[in-house]
Amino acid sequence: MSNTYRESCGAGLENEEFVDILEERRHSSDLGHALRTFSPHPYKGAESCSNADLNKAVLESQYLRYIAKEIAAETGSSVEEVREEACGILEEMSQNLQLKCIRLMGFTLSKVLKRLYSGIFVNMEGLNMLQQSIQEHPVILMPNHRSYMDFLIISYIMFTYDIPMPFIAAGIPLAGMKLVGQVLRRSGAFFIRRAIGSDKLYWAVLSEYVRTIVKTGIAPLEFFVEGLRSRTLKSVMPKLGMMHMVMEPFFKGEVYDITLIPISISYDRVLEESLLAHELLGIPKPKESTTALLKASKVLQEDYGSMHVNFGRPMSVRHLCEGKINRCQYNLVPRDLPQKPSVEVQACVSWLANLMVRVQEEGSVMGPWALMACLLLQAPTIVLTEEGLPWQELTDKTLWLRKLALDFGARLNWPSGQGQAPDTDVMSSTVALHGSVVNRKSGRVFLVQEEEPARNRPISPEEEMISTAAAVLMLASYRNMSLYIFVRPALLATALHITKTTQKDELLAFFCFLRDVFSNEFIFIPGNSSQDFEEACFLLKKCGAIHVSEQEVTVSDAGLEVLSFLQALLQPFIDTYQVIFRYLCENEVHVHAEKQFLTAVRNLATELILSGELHTYEALSSDTHKNVLSALQRLDTVTKSRASEQNEYTVNKAAVRRIDDILSGKIPPQMLHTTPEAKL
Amino acid sequence: MASNSSGGSDRQRVAQQRLRIITGHLQGREEGDSTIIAAECKAEGSQTYVSREEGKTVPRRRQEIMKWNGWGYSDTKFLFNKKGQAEFTGKRYRLSGMIIPALKEWFEGTFGASMQHKSPAAPVLNSGAVQPPTLNEAFLEELKSTGIPFSHDAEDRVYRAHGHCLHEIFALREGKVGRVPDMVVWPNCHDDVVKIVELACKHDVCLIPYGGGTSVSSGLECPTEETRCIVSVDTSQMNRILWIDEKNLTAHVEAGIVGQDLERLLNESGYCTGHEPDSMEFSSLGGWVATRASGMKKNIYGNIEDLVVHVKMVTPQGVIEKSCRGPRMSTGPDIHHFIMGSEGTLGVVTEVTMKIRPMPEYQKYGSVVFPNFEQGVACLREVAKQRCAPASIRLMDNEQFKFGHALKPQVSSMFTSFLDGLKKFYVTKFKGFDPDRLCVATLLFEGGREKVLQHEKQVYDIAAKFGGLAAGEDNGQRGYMLTFVIAYLRDLGMEYYVIGESFETSVPWDRVLDICRNVKARIIGECKNKGVQFQPLSTCRVTQTYDTGACVYFYFAFNYRGLSDPVHVYEQVERAAREEILANGGSLSHHHGVGKLRKEWMRETVSNVGMGMLQSVKDYVDPKNIFGNRNLL
Repeated sequence: MSNTYRESCGAGLENEEFVDILEERRHSSDLGHALRTFSPHPYKGAESCSNADLNKAVLESQYLRYIAKEIAAETGSSVEEVREEACGILEEMSQNLQLKCIRLMGFTLSKVLKRLYSGIFVNMEGLNMLQQSIQEHPVILMPNHRSYMDFLIISYIMFTYDIPMPFIAAGIPLAGMKLVGQVLRRSGAFFIRRAIGSDKLYWAVLSEYVRTIVKTGIAPLEFFVEGLRSRTLKSVMPKLGMMHMVMEPFFKGEVYDITLIPISISYDRVLEESLLAHELLGIPKPKESTTALLKASKVLQEDYGSMHVNFGRPMSVRHLCEGKINRCQYNLVPRDLPQKPSVEVQACVSWLANLMVRVQEEGSVMGPWALMACLLLQAPTIVLTEEGLPWQELTDKTLWLRKLALDFGARLNWPSGQGQAPDTDVMSSTVALHGSVVNRKSGRVFLVQEEEPARNRPISPEEEMISTAAAVLMLASYRNMSLYIFVRPALLATALHITKTTQKDELLAFFCFLRDVFSNEFIFIPGNSSQDFEEACFLLKKCGAIHVSEQEVTVSDAGLEVLSFLQALLQPFIDTYQVIFRYLCENEVHVHAEKQFLTAVRNLATELILSGELHTYEALSSDTHKNVLSALQRLDTVTKSRASEQNEYTVNKAAVRRIDDILSGKIPPQMLHTTPEAKL
Repeated sequence: MASNSSGGSDRQRVAQQRLRIITGHLQGREEGDSTIIAAECKAEGSQTYVSREEGKTVPRRRQEIMKWNGWGYSDTKFLFNKKGQAEFTGKRYRLSGMIIPALKEWFEGTFGASMQHKSPAAPVLNSGAVQPPTLNEAFLEELKSTGIPFSHDAEDRVYRAHGHCLHEIFALREGKVGRVPDMVVWPNCHDDVVKIVELACKHDVCLIPYGGGTSVSSGLECPTEETRCIVSVDTSQMNRILWIDEKNLTAHVEAGIVGQDLERLLNESGYCTGHEPDSMEFSSLGGWVATRASGMKKNIYGNIEDLVVHVKMVTPQGVIEKSCRGPRMSTGPDIHHFIMGSEGTLGVVTEVTMKIRPMPEYQKYGSVVFPNFEQGVACLREVAKQRCAPASIRLMDNEQFKFGHALKPQVSSMFTSFLDGLKKFYVTKFKGFDPDRLCVATLLFEGGREKVLQHEKQVYDIAAKFGGLAAGEDNGQRGYMLTFVIAYLRDLGMEYYVIGESFETSVPWDRVLDICRNVKARIIGECKNKGVQFQPLSTCRVTQTYDTGACVYFYFAFNYRGLSDPVHVYEQVERAAREEILANGGSLSHHHGVGKLRKEWMRETVSNVGMGMLQSVKDYVDPKNIFGNRNLL
């Protein structure tokens, strides 16, 4: 490993060593790499078990036999038919990992990765710990999900470092892709349908499959706890189904422990950036097909900077769940029978899933671009599109923000070079890398507008807006990569701004309110609101923005810059939420169909932006729209029901209005509940 | 293999040998008995089959034959002789007087122990360390008038102040003595007990029944908060078989008799009870009833609850017993089940009528080697399913298998050692068994000769389906011998900084493998967390099979060099292991009982209402808490 590279910034890092794994690929034969002897040390408790054995064990499990009987009785079909159906499901689902295919994959990836990335940096310490853990207990690899690249990069690293190849949970659309589906399957991917809903048999096959993999420890299991690839590069609220399936063997005592490995994959630049922005604007995502992939192959010609894969410290499920789960609850019913998870188990799984996402966030490595995006977005959009932001102003502010981020404990990837690489060079090359979003002309930075290939007609204001919005949303996505570091202090800054109070308990109440409203937007660990508040106070105090006493929180003179930056960081979210709250309250109907609702909200936002009433293009993001609906549901102000083809939402207008009023500062904070976890 | 080669005479020899083992325990009793003062008791049924003078194992002064700070007979122990070889002293056991060449290497290798690092015990009991007795003078006066023997000699009291939990023995070895009974009484019969209990109620004295002293639940420990005079009621002299009913096959026995005496005396009449707990040399009938004991041959004879036909117990409210000896009754909840498992909190069991059987015509040991523990458990499960379990079937894990091997005595001939080598080669090389994974099941068949042979074939056929290879009678027999000597081995360990203990549970079949793996792993993990410097021995065996589950026994020991409070560490680890057992669907105890050691988990084990039921029985039967050992509740 020649090109070792130390993170420039010490905050939160104990001089972790990241090694560029492409370095060796650039000097030695890719073919040699692909054909290397692969002899990993597997889990010591694992019995060798072929893929066919695994499937057989699943189909013959007592659990599936029981479910098959139950379904047969319910539907009137024969048990044989149900079992055949189960067999079909399993066939569609199961992986077929083959070393030959991994070698082929490895060879291709070596070529592709070298073309795309200037470096793939992996922390060796994490990898060593993983290697150790794999021998001791069944291991679950839990990467965050920002790009299709995530799928194979872990396997590629595991192959390179002689670690057993994982089985990877993937979405079923991938399986449908010609060739690619087969290749992924043979690389260890297994495929899960979206929207399984109440398909009992499917759930049974899936959970038995997952449980068998974990229980026998035949391979590490890799899955994305966020469920979907994040469209916004922000962490997504974790999905609990898979998490529960993975944990169950521990709860039921079928394994002594399970090791969770949080993995943070950070990209300087994401392959799908523009695709994602368009998706958010309601321009549908192209179907995942092989031809689409080939079309997208022009992306291969561009530079995507570097990638960091940070393998987190192995986490013991046994240790994490200590005192949270009474495993005796499984004593009285056979463990092979379906059992609805208890409230305690659900809470524990949810807590753990959120914790994992937080740990992924903490482990991610942030580049200068995320900071610059924060600042660019705080300039009025019109400035960015028309006159441009002065370069000097941007770089000064970025350096200021870098200090703040470090104060808050961020892991920064800010190449410091050998003393002589000035920070401005770093920022220049960063901006150059992101030429798809911004360009720099005569000392100013402009937002890149999409060029229409054939401009034979004047573009409408709406079309122009879409083009600007796409660029803004791309920028917003990169800003989102840094949000986790600022969000807690930003909530406090917002609380200070809206309530104008100095009383700590009132601020805590308002902080909790904000946290509650926005917890579909940002990841908070359930039950941790007081700790979050304390953390916010601590960080703001640390950077000198506030004074904290027993009862009071007061803003220091020097703190205004920090607080207004933080508050502005959240403003686009608050604005968007309020647009929707008002739409729901002012609309005559109480019941909204999902599709119509999304269209109506987008139209309303477009209108408001065009009329100049609304300043943030982010209000066009369908992701935020959906989050608002989920948040309101969670807060019991909207109820979801399924009517004919799609979901309908019934709105309790008074309750929504109250939330809006609190958010606007119309209801004084004294009127809020002060208990941290109380529902609104 | 080996089982086929053994001729009929061999089998006879083995059967004889087993009898010899049991009789072997009895050597040296004559001297002990000479000191017993027979205060004739006017018990009902004055015709007794065996008179006291014919000799019993346990004298009133236990110190004459037994250790004060370790297990078993004073003349019997393991030691490393001057050549550094392990040796088992005395003449009582088959292993006695033999050299055990492999033990030292196993001991040093397993625990990281060394002959250079000794942790010797205090040589003698220092009577000065024993608190002077708190006597209740009025009680004492009236007791004297009854003529029941008693003592408040320090040694007598210390002997009855403990069972065999690690912390109890460890403290004694360090010469530390805590709260001990203030006096010991030796009732000779049921009526004596009635008198003692009456006097205790009258004078508010705390009584703690004492049988064989083999408790491993802190059951005999005197509660430190007890301020009254504590009287230990030692039932060891109530040890007669009062009658044998050959028509109904029952025997009426005084509850103080110890297992080996009961069995030997019944054998003389051609009968047996078949109840053989591992502690049977020393544990008493009353103790079995009070703790719900289980014997290794329960598959044929049943556990204590299956054997008991009638019980008499003296309580502060009077004597509790049934009016007839009907084999089964539908008369509300069975009152025997208030008595069985009451652990001395309600009264003293004085007489028991129990089932007896004609002595088995034929006995045969056996053993099976499995490629791994999983296969072994699967085989035991199948045997249980087919309900064809032999008198005893036990499955040891790999660590215990190795341990068993380390206990092989020096072989007498080149030929035997050659054969051993050949067997090992066959199993590991030819059959491909991994010596670090294979495990062994030990078997004991009993009954009519033809039936035994038939039964044996059935079991070996099942075993073969699970990859099991018959491994001969010797291995089986050695496995059972281990049971009797393992408690002596703990004393050896304690001489070299190694402490340990066993504990047990019962668990449904589908959980057996999981509980074994998880509890063993938990022990190792906890030892690491608690700063134990050496890898602990963490091993288990499945010792009983039932229709729906099994009894699992764990052994756990470690080298405590470098720890300032080893007993505390030990207790923390054992506690964690118990938590793990419960979390894996295991019971709080299969047969050791609750005592004070496992009290904290009783409520979650039997529910609030269950606790209330037990408490209300206690409140009615013993409102003044005369039987104040504070076990169970």
